[in-house]
Amino acid sequence: MAGEATKAIPKDVLWGGGRSPFSVSYGKMMMWYFLVSDALTFGGLLTAYGFVRHGAEVPWPIGEQVFEALPGLEGSFPLIYVALMTFILIVSSVTMVLAVEAGHRNDKKGVVKWLGLTIIGGFFFLGSQAWEWSHFIHGAGGAFQLENPVTVTGTLQNGETMEFTLNAGDRVYMDHHFGYIMEPYVKGASNVVLNESADGISIMQLGEHAHEAKLEYLTLNKYVENKAQVTGAEMQKLWNNRSEHFMFGANLQVSEYTEHQAYGGFFFFITGFHGFHVFSGVLINIIVFFMVVKGVFERRGHYEMVEKIGLYWHFVDLVWVFVFTFFYLI
Amino acid sequence: MERDDLIVNDSYSLQSHHSEEKGVEIRKKVVKVTILLTLITAVEVAMGVYFKRSEAFTWQAIKWTFIVLTLVKAGYIVMSFMHLGEERKNLRNVVLIPYFLFIAYLIFIALYEGAAHLRLFESFN
Repeated sequence: MAGEATKAIPKDVLWGGGRSPFSVSYGKMMMWYFLVSDALTFGGLLTAYGFVRHGAEVPWPIGEQVFEALPGLEGSFPLIYVALMTFILIVSSVTMVLAVEAGHRNDKKGVVKWLGLTIIGGFFFLGSQAWEWSHFIHGAGGAFQLENPVTVTGTLQNGETMEFTLNAGDRVYMDHHFGYIMEPYVKGASNVVLNESADGISIMQLGEHAHEAKLEYLTLNKYVENKAQVTGAEMQKLWNNRSEHFMFGANLQVSEYTEHQAYGGFFFFITGFHGFHVFSGVLINIIVFFMVVKGVFERRGHYEMVEKIGLYWHFVDLVWVFVFTFFYLI
Repeated sequence: MERDDLIVNDSYSLQSHHSEEKGVEIRKKVVKVTILLTLITAVEVAMGVYFKRSEAFTWQAIKWTFIVLTLVKAGYIVMSFMHLGEERKNLRNVVLIPYFLFIAYLIFIALYEGAAHLRLFESFN
């Protein structure tokens, strides 16, 4: 073996055969292999999504129209929240690079600082995702299906009017003020009253937090092309032709976003599987954080453990970049 | 052929320490990559809001732009943040080549079968 290694590597860190392929340690190599296989899992999930979407018989929801809410604010903010989540994850990836860099200088304080910030970033992301799931599950007002065919005129987002011929079973969407009270009413809550008079349609929830909402408009094609608002007598026509089938938000069987059953399932599985990766990443980061604090790696002489968990953490960011593009953007 | 298993000087991963000056340099690069990744994300969101899906040709072009921008972002994360660019060439190939072969095949199959499924649905409806 003379002349192969100009520097003696301790026997206990070399691989079993007395060599270290690619000049990396066993642990780091295996982390890369794990990431390749995990990337194939996510690749498979996104490809399955692409397959179902490519072969879908009904229009697929547009990300900008489904994910347009911000916590505590009224109005439309297309994809801003998801972009914010992406930004949080990128920033926590950056703090992780800085932790790895500090490790290469054997700077324990630096590693503690940056790894700590990475963990906080991870918690922020998980919290954001919890809100996003909650919002997706509760929906943005819900929809009802039509009992009979109706022809109405609606106003498109650019202000033009357009005539829509709707079939029985087509969906008409309520705004969230009205829909949120309509939901308990449809489910048979005794403290909700529906008023239909000549002045219009309103719904009232009685009790401790009494509140009322008037039906100002109904929306057609809320999550697809040609989104339009219908008001006045035309709205009344839609309302009068409603069936008993209402849907609010999403679960594993139905969603208000589309008739396609798989949409909600893909959302829950892809973002959920990714979120689970983030969660386990945060746990691993916390364990290593305490090992750093206790000086385990200082005694070992190198901070390669931080580099290895760093690889995993960047991978989680990497996956999100793809989920962002293929699930939300396209 | 170049031997890839030889350990030369400080190239072994457990001994890859660097100096204070090198650290400053690395941190500068990290900041640059961060700004770039954030900008790309912002541009993607703006494009998604601005362009309408009804214009089929434009939207097709936008979709491909999204995919290219995503690959640029992924490239920066893998090569810079994950330091794959600094690893030995063979390690890089061992990670990237099998992945790209597999995923290209998967995507081809998915789109091909997806289109077939749609045709089947349309012809029986």
